[in-house]
Amino acid sequence: MKELILQVKGLGKSFGGIQAVNNVSFNVEKNQIMAIIGPNGAGKTTLFNLITGFNHPDAGQKIFRGESFENAKPHEIAALGIARTFQNLSIFGNLTTCQNVMVGRHTRSKGEFFCSALGLTRVIKQEKSIRREALQFLEFVGLADKADKMAGNLPYGEQKLLETARALAIEPELLLLDEPAAGLNDKETEDMSNIIKEIQKKGTTVLLVEHDMSLVMNISDHILVLNYGVNIAVGTPEDIQKNPLVIKAYLGEELDECIA
Amino acid sequence: MTKHNLPLYLLFSLAILLFPFLIANEYFLTVMIVIGINALVALGLILLIGFTGQLSLCQAAFYGIGAYTTGVLSAKFSFNPWFSIAVGIVMACCLAFVLGLPALKLKGHYLAMATLGFGEIINIVFKEWGNLTGGPSGLIGIPQLALGGFMFDTDLRYYLLVWFIVLVVIAILFNLTNSRIGRGLLSIKHSEEAAASLGVAVATYKIKIFMCCAALGALGGGLYAHYITVISPEAFDVFHSIVLIIMVVTGGLTYIEGGVIGAFLFTLIPELLQAVEDYSIITYGFILLFILMFMPQGIAGLFNSGIKKIKGHLFNKVNVL
Amino acid sequence: MALSAQIFQLLLTGITIGGIYSMVAIGFNIIYNSTDILNFAQGEFVVIGGLSAIMFHHALGLNFVLSFFLAVASVSFIGILFERSTIHFLKKPALVTLILITIAVSIILRGSAMLVWGKDSLVLEPFSSSEPLLILGAAIHSQMLWVIGIMVVVVLFLTYLFGFTLFGKALRACAINRDAAKLMGINTKAMVTLSFAMSAAIGAIAGIIITPITLMEYDRGAVLGIKGFSAAIVGGVGNSTGALVAGLMFGIIESFCAGFISSGYKDAFAFALMLLVLFVRPGGLLGKYEVE
Repeated sequence: MKELILQVKGLGKSFGGIQAVNNVSFNVEKNQIMAIIGPNGAGKTTLFNLITGFNHPDAGQKIFRGESFENAKPHEIAALGIARTFQNLSIFGNLTTCQNVMVGRHTRSKGEFFCSALGLTRVIKQEKSIRREALQFLEFVGLADKADKMAGNLPYGEQKLLETARALAIEPELLLLDEPAAGLNDKETEDMSNIIKEIQKKGTTVLLVEHDMSLVMNISDHILVLNYGVNIAVGTPEDIQKNPLVIKAYLGEELDECIA
Repeated sequence: MTKHNLPLYLLFSLAILLFPFLIANEYFLTVMIVIGINALVALGLILLIGFTGQLSLCQAAFYGIGAYTTGVLSAKFSFNPWFSIAVGIVMACCLAFVLGLPALKLKGHYLAMATLGFGEIINIVFKEWGNLTGGPSGLIGIPQLALGGFMFDTDLRYYLLVWFIVLVVIAILFNLTNSRIGRGLLSIKHSEEAAASLGVAVATYKIKIFMCCAALGALGGGLYAHYITVISPEAFDVFHSIVLIIMVVTGGLTYIEGGVIGAFLFTLIPELLQAVEDYSIITYGFILLFILMFMPQGIAGLFNSGIKKIKGHLFNKVNVL
Repeated sequence: MALSAQIFQLLLTGITIGGIYSMVAIGFNIIYNSTDILNFAQGEFVVIGGLSAIMFHHALGLNFVLSFFLAVASVSFIGILFERSTIHFLKKPALVTLILITIAVSIILRGSAMLVWGKDSLVLEPFSSSEPLLILGAAIHSQMLWVIGIMVVVVLFLTYLFGFTLFGKALRACAINRDAAKLMGINTKAMVTLSFAMSAAIGAIAGIIITPITLMEYDRGAVLGIKGFSAAIVGGVGNSTGALVAGLMFGIIESFCAGFISSGYKDAFAFALMLLVLFVRPGGLLGKYEVE
């Protein structure tokens, strides 16, 4: 029995009468890469927001490493070991690349207002180690040479890598990537694929929302398909490719006649 | 404090220490005392607006709360002045907490409006609660500060007291902003979502910083009250909150130095403009507009980019050799 | 005076003052609806409207109707100048920057008003006879009827404009989705400038019609602005019906407070109400519950 790092049971959320996520249940096994796919508006980002505490579920349970975390706020969820990136890049444009990743070390460092205000030696030493650690994560995504550039001036592809490095800086057990390949060209998408595979090799579990089917089919161990907020299929890439419900959801009714 | 800040800080502290002995002029001493007090109040705003991105249009109200609390307690009820200043700071923190809890959930315009409304209400209370505050004609008879038998009754003594406090506060703020807390605040300013997703306790930090800002305002107010010994509501109205904003924007919002520079400028400008006082309002407006449109990083920002450019040139020359 | 007459008088005074707050609030909404900016300089449009009408009529001796239109035109021009010289040039400015820019302009306008007209309160003659009318036992200043009448005309005109003309719909389209509006061929930059012009014009009208009753001085803009904002927020920012209702409500509450309770704290009540609405229902009493 493989270890389950995340269990979602009967999760539901509606916005003003529209059921964005409807009774969705699935499990994520430790150290696998699971992709969530589905047509636009299927509720994928809402699902992410529910898992990471940005929206409160109307119904259902969320269990991380065996413990439920329904009422946890986003910053508490980060401290638990769940990190995420955002569909619309949320990098800190007026901070340097390195400073962006250093914010990611927030949960792995200590010292609140009082200690920091006093400027104690341990706080100063910690600053040095935070910077060192941040540079390591930048190395991992290949941005170490841009450490002191303003993040807002980086090209789009590098900003996406930066956001990934920043999320990795939490040293999460579970990493949620919201459309990591969006807006990337073929070469950049391939680089991103490789990075995600490396992340898996280091022991992190990855859950990603993605539209780029070649990336999804290439790296995922399991795929969950959402349509209109409902979980319509879950399985390996081979299963999903052959699943008629999935095909119908993406391509519409006409294909039924073709297959028939 | 980082190794970058430390030399400048020490130099500045030395200059402050030597100033009254090199320039033995009562008038300048008075102006410097007011600059120091204004710097304290402005530094609060630097933390709140510059580092955390939350706009407050009621800093003068907290300044007033500090001044009136200490004034009333020490003048009317004969409490110890130091204790009264401390109570003023606590009052300001409590009010900031009560206001901040709901208000900091608001964004942009709504937060600005909430602080504006709050500031107006506080100013009306200063004017209307005549029994306590003396009303529009003001509160008089605020005692001077003393430590044991040592009275802070000369300008020199008060100057040293105020600037000692300012220098300590500056050191504390340099430490705070160069730590993970400072980074956390900046991350909140840029993207609350991303900050929260990285483990920054956004709501808690916002409230704490709002309380710090109010505390600094009240500290300035307390020192002001015991210096001037007479206070009245006009000094604490919305226009003064706006002048404080102009101060920090011109000085440089994201720099601690910006608060000090702004305090210098906007204490000196009214003194210089005394002859053409009528033009002061319109001048302030144009200064704010100019800085916002053409120099948003403020004077401190200009210095900092200037220094970077010079360093760049220097290093280039070294490399070429 | 009989109680009923007194109540009627206070009510009418309240509606008169409230009408001004409503117009200020509507002015906010017009700019907010096309730009997402809350214009802190709105109150100054009112002040300069009143003061320039006085200048055209008294200092320059022009006839009354001409002064009225010139004043409105001048203030509209100031509104256009404001927008074109500041907001127009900024590409994606931070919200804090935008707020501070409108604050800067409000200070510049106030400072200018002081230089041009001084600090005294100036007066304009009432539009018609200054004999008070006796209605239901209360002495009603004829100007009050002018204020209420003109306010009704303005509101009806705006309702027609926004609801039934292509121009009005284009303006609303800009508010709802600027990019989509651009794609539809709407000149969004022109719309923004126009909304500033309209907002300034409405403010000016409010200033001119109220000056015969309350006089006008250079620094009234701040308090008018804040009360107008409060009305706009309580009514739901962007919601013009809400602005109208909330403005009248503020005016009536203020009038009755001044009449029956102490008048010193009356402003505090208005602001406290605004704070309450902001904290509990920021979409306004007539608006949506949650605001982005």
